Amino acid sequence: MKEFVDTGKKDTRSGFGAGLAELGNTNPKVLALTADLKGSLKMDQFAAEHPERFFEVGIAEANMVGMAAGMAIAGYIPFIGTFANFASARVLDQVRQSVCYSQTNVKIAASHAGITLGEDGATHQTLEDMGLMRMLPGMVVINPCDYNQTKAATIAAAAWNGPVYLRFGRPGVPNFTPADQAFEIGKAIKLNDGADVTVFATGHLVWEAIQAARILEEKGVGVDLIDIATIKPLDKEAVIASARKTGKVVVAEEHLVAGGLGEEIAGVLAAACPTPMRFVAIDNQFGQSGKPAELMAAYGLDAAHIVEAALSF
Amino acid sequence: MNYTLPQIASQVRRDIVRMVTAAASGHPGGSMSATDVLTYLFFKEMNVTPENWRRSGEGIDQFFLSAGHISPVLYSLLARRGYFPVAELATFRRFGSRLQGHPSVDKGLPGVNQAAGSLGQGLSVAIGAALAKKLSGDPNTVYVLIGDGESEEGQIWEAAMSAAHYKVDNLIAMTDWNHQQIDGTTEDVAGLGDLRAKWEAFGWTVIEADGHDFTAIEQGFAEANRRKGLGRPVMILWHTDMGHGVDFMAGTCKWHGKNPSADQCAEAMKQLEETMGDFAL
Repeated sequence: MKEFVDTGKKDTRSGFGAGLAELGNTNPKVLALTADLKGSLKMDQFAAEHPERFFEVGIAEANMVGMAAGMAIAGYIPFIGTFANFASARVLDQVRQSVCYSQTNVKIAASHAGITLGEDGATHQTLEDMGLMRMLPGMVVINPCDYNQTKAATIAAAAWNGPVYLRFGRPGVPNFTPADQAFEIGKAIKLNDGADVTVFATGHLVWEAIQAARILEEKGVGVDLIDIATIKPLDKEAVIASARKTGKVVVAEEHLVAGGLGEEIAGVLAAACPTPMRFVAIDNQFGQSGKPAELMAAYGLDAAHIVEAALSF
Repeated sequence: MNYTLPQIASQVRRDIVRMVTAAASGHPGGSMSATDVLTYLFFKEMNVTPENWRRSGEGIDQFFLSAGHISPVLYSLLARRGYFPVAELATFRRFGSRLQGHPSVDKGLPGVNQAAGSLGQGLSVAIGAALAKKLSGDPNTVYVLIGDGESEEGQIWEAAMSAAHYKVDNLIAMTDWNHQQIDGTTEDVAGLGDLRAKWEAFGWTVIEADGHDFTAIEQGFAEANRRKGLGRPVMILWHTDMGHGVDFMAGTCKWHGKNPSADQCAEAMKQLEETMGDFAL
């Protein structure tokens, strides 16, 4: 199996901040808005370098969505940044009407997603956001796996004409994808070829899936490992091709089973080539306070659980 | 042929009543309370024509209707002003029509720049559009109309705070203060209270005027234009009556979202002069 080298832990939201800062210098139409979370969203550099294009909206997320829609109508490309829970569930109706139904070119930067938000607990640990966002007609949902991929995805989101939901995490995680990558929205990324079982992973679970694939290969199980960075539009061809090849599918994500990538893939496979599946995700419960790694293990979202799922067919 | 503002408004009210009657659904009450103000806005006030209108608003005045349920008055005015054929009013709320129950952009109806219907969102959008004009150096104005009942939405007050904070003084917001909403009066339902005091407390310049007297409407807009560019957003509170123009529809919440019967429509037509020619049904 190919080696994936962790070049040092970095948070994915900092990849967003770096991408946004680059866009600030390359695209004068790019704006940034935040709801009192400039630092958490790593918008500091953009705000310092382009104060006229940065808008601190205060703790008023619904208004922020609407303002961004108005700016987008005028031809600007606004990125709105807040915690994922407030960027999705709290403003679902605003995103639905003022952004998706109105076809406004708004980019939603959603940080601190998932259980790895950690100590703040379940009020902030959104595990529903990808499901809520991917249900909306016209919305693109991207859940990158590391710093480099997040930076590339941010730049790709600005070039995409239409609403995009970009999902980031809080803690530092291994940074292992190429620094110079071009991110292609809607394209699955094959990380390893294997014939015995498919693992589709997204976000923070991609690194865990790589560790799981190594362990499985040592046991003689070949893993077809695919990074699904774009949740929607899903790369259906890649999903179906891998499922046809291995006949066994594991999906790993930091999200509820309900509405998540696993359900989305299950829907595609049920119609195209029904395949036995296992879901490494959280089932019908809220999280709690704790350290990210301890929560990942406790809620079954780590390499050990992916291995267990892959061997359970 | 040139029509006077009262003549246009009379035809628009006829259109509204005939549209909701034909569709057997829709919102005549608020449409008729806002008719005079919006007639003035579209025919006298705004720097935009059907020919130079574009969704981006670049180089022109922009109007956002936040209270999307009063789509009949918007559609009638757009048609009467020449944005699309008057005959299309007959398709209101029908399958495949560009005249959706609430305004949308996905079918490309000229003059509509944002979907509205879920209340409370349009003021925020207008603020964003106004800030965009400042960014791009466009000296034109953004207008937005909200309902008084709509002002019970929390997002309206998020937007109110933000507009004052960002000194959005190229925005003229308007409230159709007809004192009625679906379940009763705005006082009985929600204790809406003193809107002038509320908007002033949020840092806005507030103007009040009679929204059914064209002289008062002209003066209200003139005053709003004098107050633009002074570092504060401007709110005009238009004093109006729901269902204005037809005696049995006026001053009550009953006609917020109810269509007249054929007989009631005929009765209403007797009270509203046909001036520009009815659209064919």
